[in-house]
Amino acid sequence: MLVHSRAGKRATWAVFLLLFVPLFAVPLLVILAASLATHWSGAFPSGPTVERYAAATSGDSLQALTTSLATALAASVLALTLGGWAALAAASLRSRGRRLLDALFILPVAVPSVVVGLAVLVAYSRPPVLLNGTRWIVILAHTVLVTAFAHQSVAAAVRRLDPMYEQAAAGLGASPARVLWRVKLPLLLPSLTSAVGLCFALSMGELSATMMLYPPDWTPLPVQIFAATDRGSLFTGAALAVVLMTSTLLVLAAVSRIRTRASYR
Amino acid sequence: MNPGTAPGGIRFDGVTVAYGGTVVLDRLDLTVEPGEFMALLGPSGSGKTTALRAVAGFVRPAAGRVFLGGRDVTALPPHRRGIGMVVQSYALFPHLKVKDNVAFGLKAHRTPKAEIPGRVTEALELVGMAAYAERHPRELSGGQQQRVAIARALAIRPGVLLLDEPLSALDARLRSGMLAELARLHRELPDVSILYVTHDQVEALTLADRIAVMDRSRLQDCGTPEELYRRPRTEFTASFVGNANLLPVTVTGEGAVRLGDRPLGVLAETGTAAAGATATLCVRPHLVGLGDGPNALTGSVTEVQWRGSTHRVHADVDGHRVMADLRELREPPAIGDPVTLHYATEDAVLLPAGAGAGAGDPTEAGP
Repeated sequence: MLVHSRAGKRATWAVFLLLFVPLFAVPLLVILAASLATHWSGAFPSGPTVERYAAATSGDSLQALTTSLATALAASVLALTLGGWAALAAASLRSRGRRLLDALFILPVAVPSVVVGLAVLVAYSRPPVLLNGTRWIVILAHTVLVTAFAHQSVAAAVRRLDPMYEQAAAGLGASPARVLWRVKLPLLLPSLTSAVGLCFALSMGELSATMMLYPPDWTPLPVQIFAATDRGSLFTGAALAVVLMTSTLLVLAAVSRIRTRASYR
Repeated sequence: MNPGTAPGGIRFDGVTVAYGGTVVLDRLDLTVEPGEFMALLGPSGSGKTTALRAVAGFVRPAAGRVFLGGRDVTALPPHRRGIGMVVQSYALFPHLKVKDNVAFGLKAHRTPKAEIPGRVTEALELVGMAAYAERHPRELSGGQQQRVAIARALAIRPGVLLLDEPLSALDARLRSGMLAELARLHRELPDVSILYVTHDQVEALTLADRIAVMDRSRLQDCGTPEELYRRPRTEFTASFVGNANLLPVTVTGEGAVRLGDRPLGVLAETGTAAAGATATLCVRPHLVGLGDGPNALTGSVTEVQWRGSTHRVHADVDGHRVMADLRELREPPAIGDPVTLHYATEDAVLLPAGAGAGAGDPTEAGP
């Protein structure tokens, strides 16, 4: 601990709470309160109800949740496969090639996601690859958006990996494929799971590109939240938001359990 | 290939390795016989690790060939060479238990499943680690990890075992224990050729059947430890393998030289230089005695170091420094005292002048 005196510690905590509570805690608590409210005219909401949660976890809303989960799962697995593969391959390139590949993969992050959405829409609205109006165009856009993060976190982990493991394995007679599956990937597992968790969370919350692309039968939850608040049903939107938040957190918690079991040192 | 019968023996045939125009290994010719323990000894940057990596297949020679058991392996990738290798950092796979680390090479070589547990136990017993089979590497000490790394390399019964500074990460006490272990392993594996890279002359002198001395990307000298120690052929070898007094002398005849105006004797068959030529006289500090005698060197004491069982006395003799390791003196001389040292003629060898480099201050290197 950097601060030793008792008064100093108290002051540090006070500053932390002063910054943390209004910035992070209050908005989330307000959402939670609003999701349980029937009216909110004074300083505090009134009439606690769980009715909205009944609605938020059935019918269209339930479908939107499963749509979001399916999209996020597909996009994060695809992103990890593509981004991780590229990161592993880049490790054997010379530094110039590696920098070029890094730059290519970071591009979708530098481009605003609305632009990515529009670009995907324009590109795949006509044959030969006609994806517009299908769920695949949403999954594709999400994959494009999150692959950069998968690539970055796997690339960083690959750089940290001691090359001696690879050489020791090859020296013991392991073919490159065996080195990859039995040594490198197990050692990278913590970074791979954290990459997949990050991609999943980003995809669950993606709205701006999705808005430009989603077909009527593939409406992810953020779009529903936006639609609800847009037509003035603030409390319904709040309940949906809490559902989105909770389901994302549950998945991340499950992923982090794998990660803790996969950390060896 | 069948790992059970991997033949021993390594041959370097003019192996040159260069990184981006810088030659790090220059035309190495060296043969390690089946069953022989060869130490590659040299300072850092001398090319010794590069030579080992060329055998393992991690560097591709720019010229020359590498043979393992008579087979040209220059173009083979590392996993096809059937070698056992232990690296400096051990590189035990942290996600695998000790027994799975040892089984790794066996599985990679497609050893029949039924044989693997027996071979794993056998390899672990060889290094005294059979009781630790179920542990993870992180639960082991440095010395234990080292043993497991050796067991892992030996499990595939390689004909060639490559050891890259295997003891440098251990503390002094563990190191001397492992020295004895390695010597025992070498006795118990009479068919395995061992190539042992080290910068530590004690390890090389203790373990090796022969030592190849490397410096500045080149092989400088090669011979048995006794040969290199008693009859070094270059100044570099003399100063790197043990300590040495190196004195610039002028040859006056067979077995006779002059240091300034002082006539001295050397072992006759070591000097081939003609009379009048300059050469370097080499005599080990522990073979220099105190007091008058044959080949007397008079001068003044410049430094006295007490080393427990010995005193090392540095003397200035006509502007040249001479060291003597003397059994602990009851009354050591004081700095500035006049002193006379001597050596027996058969203990001095004659080397070509200035053939080696880095011979300037060999005093702090070793025992």
